[in-house]
Amino acid sequence: MVTPGSDGRFGDFGGRFVPETLVPACQELEAAFEDAWADPMFRSDLNDLLREYAGRPSIMTECHNLSEQLGIRLILKREDLNHTGSHKINNVLGQTLLAKRMGKKRIVAETGAGQHGVASATAAALLGLECKVYMGAVDVARQELNVFRMRLLGSDVEAVTSGSQTLKDAVNEAMRDWVATVESTHYCLGSVMGPHPYPYMVRQFHRVIGDEAFEQTNEMLGTSPDVVVACVGGGSNAMGIFSGFVDTPARLIGVEPAGGAAVTRGQPGVVHGMKSFLMQDEYGQVAEAHSISAGLDYPGVGPEHSYLASIGRAEYPTVNDDEVISAFQLMSRSEGIIPALECAHALAWIVRESPSMKGKTVLMNLSGRGDKDVGQMMSILGGLQ
Amino acid sequence: MTGRLEEALNARIASGGKCLVPYITGGYPGWVDAIRACAAQGADAVEIGLPFSDPVMDGPVIQAASQVALEGGTNYIKILHEARTLDVGIPLAVMCYYNTVFHAGHERFASDLAAAGISAAIVPDLPLEESGDWCAAADAAGIETVMLAAPTAPDERLPRVVERARGFVYSVGLLGVTGERTSLALTATTLAARVKKVTTKPVLVGVGVSNAEQAVEASRVADGVIMGASVVRRLMEGGADAVGAYVHEVREALDSAKW
Repeated sequence: MVTPGSDGRFGDFGGRFVPETLVPACQELEAAFEDAWADPMFRSDLNDLLREYAGRPSIMTECHNLSEQLGIRLILKREDLNHTGSHKINNVLGQTLLAKRMGKKRIVAETGAGQHGVASATAAALLGLECKVYMGAVDVARQELNVFRMRLLGSDVEAVTSGSQTLKDAVNEAMRDWVATVESTHYCLGSVMGPHPYPYMVRQFHRVIGDEAFEQTNEMLGTSPDVVVACVGGGSNAMGIFSGFVDTPARLIGVEPAGGAAVTRGQPGVVHGMKSFLMQDEYGQVAEAHSISAGLDYPGVGPEHSYLASIGRAEYPTVNDDEVISAFQLMSRSEGIIPALECAHALAWIVRESPSMKGKTVLMNLSGRGDKDVGQMMSILGGLQ
Repeated sequence: MTGRLEEALNARIASGGKCLVPYITGGYPGWVDAIRACAAQGADAVEIGLPFSDPVMDGPVIQAASQVALEGGTNYIKILHEARTLDVGIPLAVMCYYNTVFHAGHERFASDLAAAGISAAIVPDLPLEESGDWCAAADAAGIETVMLAAPTAPDERLPRVVERARGFVYSVGLLGVTGERTSLALTATTLAARVKKVTTKPVLVGVGVSNAEQAVEASRVADGVIMGASVVRRLMEGGADAVGAYVHEVREALDSAKW
């Protein structure tokens, strides 16, 4: 695993491309994180919260039915069983504890599907922080239950009507808020993206997924899995599980939506504070991503993924919405687990590639539960007679 | 070496005056005439905004103008092509987000600017630590890179920022994005005074300078102002004539104030 230096680089990627106003805040955050991460008290407080509040460690589930159908051995890392229903809580508990330690009274967050927003609202309620969540107006419409959840938890949710009105615009608006409120506010960024130290810090908060899974697979299999698969929008759940296996021989697969495939369809670019693969036009205007899943509707990707792709350590294939809809139903019917649409991307790739993986052990990060997507799927699938 | 922009601003300052630099969104309908109007009404330079899809330093007015310009099919090549025909007798700068520069390539972008007769560039999401490669290319092409000094900068940072600045030092008027405010933030004059202490280069206040009165107030400490959202709003509401009338009003206020 790369530990970036003060320039925040993973190879050629990463960095800190922010307005001057935010540079001191990023430097302060970097120092505060390094200090906290090295402090046994902070780690112990965080581990207590992860255990007693989030419900860690998350379990592993062997998918006997799907394994038989697909001719592979499929194991799930059950991040969907965490409190708030996704992996996002790992990072948010870390960042909000850090914000308190830094004396911040307020957090802002962006959210796509609403999972990071709900996790942020939850942690803010627990730790007594004021919280404002920016969410694209398109996403507000397709994830109204999560909007209500955040408000129920005491957070303010603002629908962002600029640009494509999805995740990237929510990030823009959260950054604009932070530029104006930086002295009292911590930006609780929800993925392994943004300016240094966010990509590194968020990965460190999520590496608990990979560290647990490494131990758990060793216990189950006596070795590491052959393939580790996760979906990638910004890429936080994937970075979390990859960090447990990047030093093993396992193939690492980050599955992007065809309409938001930064690694496959993008070129190096700079937006949201980082240099990374980015979908853009011939003049460097950022392209609008299109995905059935609000959480993956992002034209960029975290810089460490760009680095892993550039050195050939991880692969970033794409799946289309139809494959995702099928995978969503397949997991529901075969295993009795309704996955988040984001995670259905990972399963969609596994289903497609299973003929070439016969007999292999495949570990998939089930990073979130699908309850939030049921309304949207009902309108796509109809009544399912 | 002093570039054209810095020379023009220094000439104004040497004559006992204050500098006025309006911002116009490139590619917005009427933008070329608006720049002519600025020049005719006594602007010392004009900043041409190159519209970007994700302008994180801009508030609603400039965001909206950028979006209209982009939807109208503009791009930086077209804007520079038109800028080349502008023979207004004052230096022109571009203000653009870094991906526009990075995507074009540093050397190519710098030479494109030079070929279009542009004197300077302001890249608000390129802080000091990341600016080395671009600044080297810009210096080589004779493009002045204006650096921004922020209210949050600790004292030890400001000398390094002004050292790297060419043209002028952009003293950010408040914590926040571009847009009109009812009063000038206290941070505007506080920061300008801190910056003035560490440089002899022109120091202009921008972001949140919203009318003639605020321009005068900021110029009591600074060498002048950059005015963005209040100019662009007039462009959107009343076209080039409204921009000209406004620049005239601010110019008069700056010229008639006692310093």
